[in-house]
Amino acid sequence: MISAPDVVAFTKEEESEEEAYNEPALPEEYSVPLFPFANHGANPWSKFSGSKFTKDFILISEFSEQVGPQPLLTIPDDAKVSGTFDLNYFSLRIMSVDYQASFVGHPPGCAYPKLNFVEDSKVVLGDSKEGAFAYVQHLTLYDLEARGFVRPFCMAYISTDEHKIMQQFQELSTEFSKASECLKTGNRKAFANELEKKLKDLDYTRTVLHNETEIQKKANDKGFYTTQAIEKANELASVEKSIIEHQDLLKQIRSYPYRKLKDSDFHPYEPECVVDQANTIFDQDSTTSNPAEPSEMHHHARMPSYTPKLIKAKSAKCFDKKLKTLEELCDIYFFTQTLDQLNQIEKMFRGDVCYLLTNQISKALLKQQTITNFLFEDVCVLDEKPEKQYGGCQLSNQDTVNTKCLEQFLIPKVLISMGSYKSSVESVPIKMEQEIEDSQEPEVTEPIAFDQENLEYLDADIKGSISSGESIEVLGTEKSAAVLTNSESQASLPIQPSPQMIRSKAAGRRTISEDSIEVLSLCPSESLIPEDFKASYPSAINEESYADDEGRGPYLSPRLNPANVKEMEGNSEEEKLLPVDSACCIGKENPNFVESLPDLPQKHCDDDDGVVSIPPQPYRQVDQGFHVNFSDCSSHDVSGGLLSYELDPHYLSSREASKISLDEYSDSTSYMSSAASTCSDRTSSPAHPLSHFSERHRKKAGQNALKFIRQYPFAHPAIYSLLSGRTLIVLGEDEAMVKKLVTALSIFVPNCGLFAMPVNHWITSPLNIMDFQKWKLIGLQRMVSPAGVNMLHSLSRYSRYISILDVDSKTLRCPLYKGTLVPRLADHRTQIKRGSTYYMHVQNILTQLCSKAFLYAFCHHLHLPINETETEDSVVSRRRNFLKFHLGLVNEDVKVVQYLAELLKLQYIQEPIRGSNPVLRFDYVPSFLYKI
Amino acid sequence: KSSVQSLGEEQIQNPYTELLVLKGHHDIVRFLVKIDDYRFASAGDDGIVFLWNAQTGEKLFELHGHTHKITAITAFPSSDACKEKNYLILTASADRTVIVWECNSGKQVQKVSCFHSTVKCLTVLQRLDVWLSGGSDLCVWNRKLDLLCKTSHLTDADISALVELPKNCVAAAVGKELIIFRLVVSTEGSEGWDVLELKRLVDHQDNILSLVSVNDLTLVTGSHVGELIVWDALDWTNQVCECTSWDPALHIVTQQEIKLSQNQREVSIQHLTSDEECVFAAVGKGIYVYNLQMKRLIACQRTAHDSTVLHIAKLPSRQLISCSEDGSVRIWELREKQQLPAEPVPTGFLTMWGFGRANKQASQTAKKMQESTSSYSLELIGDLIGHSSAVQMFLYFDELGLVTCSADHLIILWKDGERESRLRSLALFQKLEQNNDL
Repeated sequence: MISAPDVVAFTKEEESEEEAYNEPALPEEYSVPLFPFANHGANPWSKFSGSKFTKDFILISEFSEQVGPQPLLTIPDDAKVSGTFDLNYFSLRIMSVDYQASFVGHPPGCAYPKLNFVEDSKVVLGDSKEGAFAYVQHLTLYDLEARGFVRPFCMAYISTDEHKIMQQFQELSTEFSKASECLKTGNRKAFANELEKKLKDLDYTRTVLHNETEIQKKANDKGFYTTQAIEKANELASVEKSIIEHQDLLKQIRSYPYRKLKDSDFHPYEPECVVDQANTIFDQDSTTSNPAEPSEMHHHARMPSYTPKLIKAKSAKCFDKKLKTLEELCDIYFFTQTLDQLNQIEKMFRGDVCYLLTNQISKALLKQQTITNFLFEDVCVLDEKPEKQYGGCQLSNQDTVNTKCLEQFLIPKVLISMGSYKSSVESVPIKMEQEIEDSQEPEVTEPIAFDQENLEYLDADIKGSISSGESIEVLGTEKSAAVLTNSESQASLPIQPSPQMIRSKAAGRRTISEDSIEVLSLCPSESLIPEDFKASYPSAINEESYADDEGRGPYLSPRLNPANVKEMEGNSEEEKLLPVDSACCIGKENPNFVESLPDLPQKHCDDDDGVVSIPPQPYRQVDQGFHVNFSDCSSHDVSGGLLSYELDPHYLSSREASKISLDEYSDSTSYMSSAASTCSDRTSSPAHPLSHFSERHRKKAGQNALKFIRQYPFAHPAIYSLLSGRTLIVLGEDEAMVKKLVTALSIFVPNCGLFAMPVNHWITSPLNIMDFQKWKLIGLQRMVSPAGVNMLHSLSRYSRYISILDVDSKTLRCPLYKGTLVPRLADHRTQIKRGSTYYMHVQNILTQLCSKAFLYAFCHHLHLPINETETEDSVVSRRRNFLKFHLGLVNEDVKVVQYLAELLKLQYIQEPIRGSNPVLRFDYVPSFLYKI
Repeated sequence: KSSVQSLGEEQIQNPYTELLVLKGHHDIVRFLVKIDDYRFASAGDDGIVFLWNAQTGEKLFELHGHTHKITAITAFPSSDACKEKNYLILTASADRTVIVWECNSGKQVQKVSCFHSTVKCLTVLQRLDVWLSGGSDLCVWNRKLDLLCKTSHLTDADISALVELPKNCVAAAVGKELIIFRLVVSTEGSEGWDVLELKRLVDHQDNILSLVSVNDLTLVTGSHVGELIVWDALDWTNQVCECTSWDPALHIVTQQEIKLSQNQREVSIQHLTSDEECVFAAVGKGIYVYNLQMKRLIACQRTAHDSTVLHIAKLPSRQLISCSEDGSVRIWELREKQQLPAEPVPTGFLTMWGFGRANKQASQTAKKMQESTSSYSLELIGDLIGHSSAVQMFLYFDELGLVTCSADHLIILWKDGERESRLRSLALFQKLEQNNDL
C-alpha cells in the first residue's frame, strides 16, 4: 500500500563516493551514483557476500558443561541454511557473551540452593569477519543433574544484515521471549517432574537405609557404634538433608510466579489433561504390555508408575554421564510448541528489512482503519489471533498490549530483579578486556535526560565502545523488558523510529574493525540519538523543528525518548486517520459542521489524554524523514481543519507530493536494504503464510491488470462496474484466458464482507439472480451448445444487473463512465512496469477511495436531519453537495463512493441474516456496447 | 414478433433498486399471505410454510406439517375483542388436511383431517369469527376448529373460489356456477350455524376462475373463456335478473367471441382485482381496466406480458402491478389522457380483441380505435426481472417493498434502495451511539 519494493533494489547508500562517478554529461537529477561496492565485482547486493550463508536462520546453542559451547539445532532444520558457516565457532562466540545472571547455588544467607528465576538477556552480536549478525537471547534451563542445576542455552537469530537485527530488535525480542517463555515453562514442568522422582528415590533410599540401620542396631548389641553404623548414620543424614533440599527446590520451582504468564499475551496451553490421558494410556501400556518402557514414555511417566531407585550416597559428578538433551529437558508438548514458534519467527522475519518495515508500517496503519479494511485489504493478515498463534505478528497484539498497559507497567518491575540486570551489565567488562577506547566520545558520554528509572541503568562506561582485538561486537542489549513493554504500550505505531537507524548506521560505520570484539552500545533504551549524529544527517532531520527544540532547553525536550517519539507518531497518525469520528461528534453538536472545524485538534488532544500521559506536542518535533511525511499530512489536517486534507480538490496533488517525499525518504534511508546482502528473491518472499493473496499472486494480478489496461481501451467502464458493485462477467471460450482476466480484475473488487471474496473464476452453468448477489466478478464459459444459448438468454435477461466483457469478440457491454477516479486508477499510459508496483498503486488509490467512503458513510448530517424541521430534501442536497464539492467526485464516481459506503454501513451494522445473503443493489441505467 | 411493450434500462420511476433473495422453498412457491405490517407467509408445492420478516428478509419460522402441496392459505387475524394479538394462519393441503398455525411462536395449533377431498379455498369471515373451507363441500368452522355446519356434497364440481358477501352470504364458484350461500343461526341450537344455498347463478359458459367482491354492492366474476360478469351483491333473491341483465352486451358479446377465439388460454380471466371505481382484470397476457360507473372499459394493455398474467394488484398511487408466467413483474401507471374521449363504446375490449384474433390488420385499427375511445392508458413505468420462472404471486408491502414468489422456488424481496440506504444510516448512527463511538 505504501511502499514500492521496486525501488528498493535500486536505492543506494547515501554517502556513496561521488568521485567514483564522474561522467559530466548527465544533468544532476538523472545522475545515479554507482553502487560503491560495484568494483568488487558481483552485483550491488553482494556487499556481504563474504558471509557463508544466504538466508537468515535461528540457531539454538548450549554451553555444555562437558564440551563447552555447541550448536544444537538450526531452524530451518536444513544443512544448507548455514552453508559453510561455522556453527561451532559462532556458538562459541555467542555463548561467550552471556550476560545473564544465572546464578544458582547457595547464596550467603541461605542454607539451601536457591533457584533464581532470571530474565533472559538479549544481546545483539556482530561478527563482521563472518558477515554474520545475530540477535541472541540467553536463557537458562533447569536440570537436576547439571552443575548448579542450570544449563545455559541461547537462541539466536542470525542474519547477514546488521540493520535488520537492529531494526527488528523489539520484534525479535518479543517473539523470542514468547518462545523462550514457552520453552522455560516446559522445562519447569519437566524439572518439577524430575524433582518429584528424585524425591521418591530419596525417600526410598532413606527407608532402605533406615532399615539397614535398624538391622545393624539389632545386630549390634555391644552398645557402641561401629564405623559402619556411623557411616550409615551419616549417609542417612545426608539423604535427609538432600530430601529437604530437593523439597525446597520443588517448592521453589512450583512457586514460580505464573502471574507473569497471565498478564502477558502469551498463554501457554497447559496440557494437563491431555498429558494425563496420554499418560494413563502410556501407563496402561507400560504396565500391561510393555514393561520396558521407552525413554520417551519415561519422560512422561507419572508418580504411580515410577519405581523408586536406590541412590548411591555420593552421586558422583562424572563427565562420562550423558547430559539430557534439550528435548528431554523440556516437556514434549512445550518443546514442540517452542519449535513451532521458532519456525514461525523464522518465517516472520524472512525477507529484507525494508520489506519487513514497510509491512509493519502498513499493518500498523491498517489496524487503525478497521472499519474499512474489509473492502480492499487482505483481512486474513490482520486477523491473526494472538491466542492461537504464538508466533503471530507482534503488531496484532498491540491492542491487548494497549489495554493491559497499566498492568504491564507494574508486573515486570516486580519480576525483573534489578540485580540480574545490573550483573549482566557489569559482566561485560569482566568478559571483555577492559580496554575502553575513546570513552570521551560524544556519543558515548552524552548526558541524556532520562526518566528516573532509566537513569538507574545508564552507565556511561559500559556504553563505551569497548573494542578489543579479539572478536565479538555487541551491538546492543536490551535493558529490560520493562522499558520495552513500556514504550510499546504507548506507541500506537510500532515503527522503529528512524533515529535509531541513524544511530546504528553511524555506529556501524564507526566500528569497521577488522577483527573485533566490540560492544557498540549497550543502551537501555535503544533509540537514543546522539547529538552529533543528528547533526550529521541533516537530510533526515527537520531543521526547523530542531531549532525550535533548541530554544526550549538544552537537554530535556529535544531528546525524545522512544516513547515520546512514538507517541507523537501515534498522535499524528491518529489525527490523520481518524478525523471522521470527530467529524461526527462535532457535526452533531454544531449544525454548521464545516465552521466548527478549527475546534478539532483541540478535541483530539482531549481525546488522547486518556491514552497518552504526555500531552501531544507539535508534530514538527518529529525529527526525521519519515515523519516529515506524516507530519505533513497531519499539518494539513490541522491547518485546513478536519476534512481539508481528504477533501481538498487538489488532494491528489498534495498526495502526489507526499508520495514523492516518501520516495525521497526511501532513497535516503533504505540504504540499509541495498547495502544489505539482499538476494532479489528475498525481497519478495512472503512473510505471512496465512496471507490470502500471496505476494506472487498480487504480482501476477497486478501484471495482468496492467496488461488489461493497456490492451483494452474500455478498461475504465469495466473497472467502474466492479467498483460500483455491478457484477462483471468475463465471457470467453478459453478458460485460461478468462481466468487470467478475472485474476487481473479481482484486485478492483471490493469485498462484500469479511472473508468473502466475491470472485468466481469459472462458471459453466447458466446464471441466476443469486449469482449476482454473491459474485461481483465472474468468469463465464461461452458454449456453442444449446446450453450456451440458454446461458446467453439468461445473460440478456439479467443484463440490467451485469456488465459483460466478451473476451472473444473484445467487446464490453456496460454503463457509461465519465468520472475521473478510474482514469487515475488505471491509466493506460502509466509508467508503472511491474505488477507488484501497480498492485500497490491500486491499493493506494483504493485506500483513498475507502477513506472517502468512510467519510461519506459516517458523517452524521449527510444522512440524518440536523433538526426536526429539516426536510429530507435538504439532507439529500447536502449529501449531494458533500460528494461533489467536498469529496470532489464527478459523475459516476459518486456511485462508487455510495456503493462502498453502503458496504461499510452493512458491515458496520452487520445484520447477521444478510451477512450470508447480501442484498443486491442496482441501478436502472442504460448500458452501452464498447468495442476496440 | 412480440408486441409487448418494453421499457429501456433507464427506469426513473421504478423505486425498486435493491433486492434480497429469500431461499427456503424447494418447489414452486404459489402463495404469499400478509400476516401483519411486516410479516408474511409463503407456501407452495413443497408443503412447507415459511414465515418471513418483510423488512429484513429474515426467515422467522419454517412450518412443517403438510405432506402434500399446499392448496390454499389464509391469515386469520385475531378478533377485535381479543386483547393480545394472536395471529393465526390456516393452510389447506392436498393431503386433505387443514392446519392452523400460530404466527408468533411458529407452532402448529391444530390440525383438521376429516375432509373428503382437498380443500381448495379458505375464507375467513371476520365479522362472525368463523372460517370456511371449500372443497367438494362447504364447511363452516369457528376459531376453536369446531365444525359448525357443512353443506351437502356438491356433485358436479368442487368449490374453487369463495368470496364473502354482505348479509352473511358467501359466493362460491363451483365450475361454471356461482352458488350463493347464506349462514343463518341454527334453529336447533343457539350457538350453531346453518348454511343455506340461496341461489345458483348459471350465466357463465365456462369455469369461473376469478371472483372478486368490489364493494358491498358489487361482485365481479371472470371465467376461463373471458366472460366478465358484474353482479349485484345485495339482492340475490329478488334482483337476480337485474344482476345478469344490466350488463347484457358484455355478456353476449363475450359469448360470441368464444367462437372466434382459437385459444381459450389467451382470454381466460386469471385474476381480478378492484378499487372503488374500477375492476382490473388479468386477461390472458393483457390487463384490462373496467370502470364500474361508466360501465365500460377505460384502459387496456393487450399484451402486457410475454405470457399469461397470473396476478395483478392495484396500488394506492394509481399504479398497477402485474406478474406473469414469463417471470417478470411490471409496474404500470394509469394515466388520464388529455384528449376528450369519443363516444363511449359499451362493447368492451373483448370485441376488438376478437377482431384481432381474426385479422391482424383489424387488430391494428381496433387498437387505434381503442386508444381514441379510452380516456386512460396504462403506461409501463418499471419492470422487475429477477425470477427465472413464472412469478406466481406477489404481495405489496407498502414502503417495505414488494415480495414476489415464483416457480423457480425463490422469493424475492424488492426494496426501495434509497429508503434502505437511509435506514441503514439510521441504524449505523444508532449503533455508534450505543457503542459510544459517536
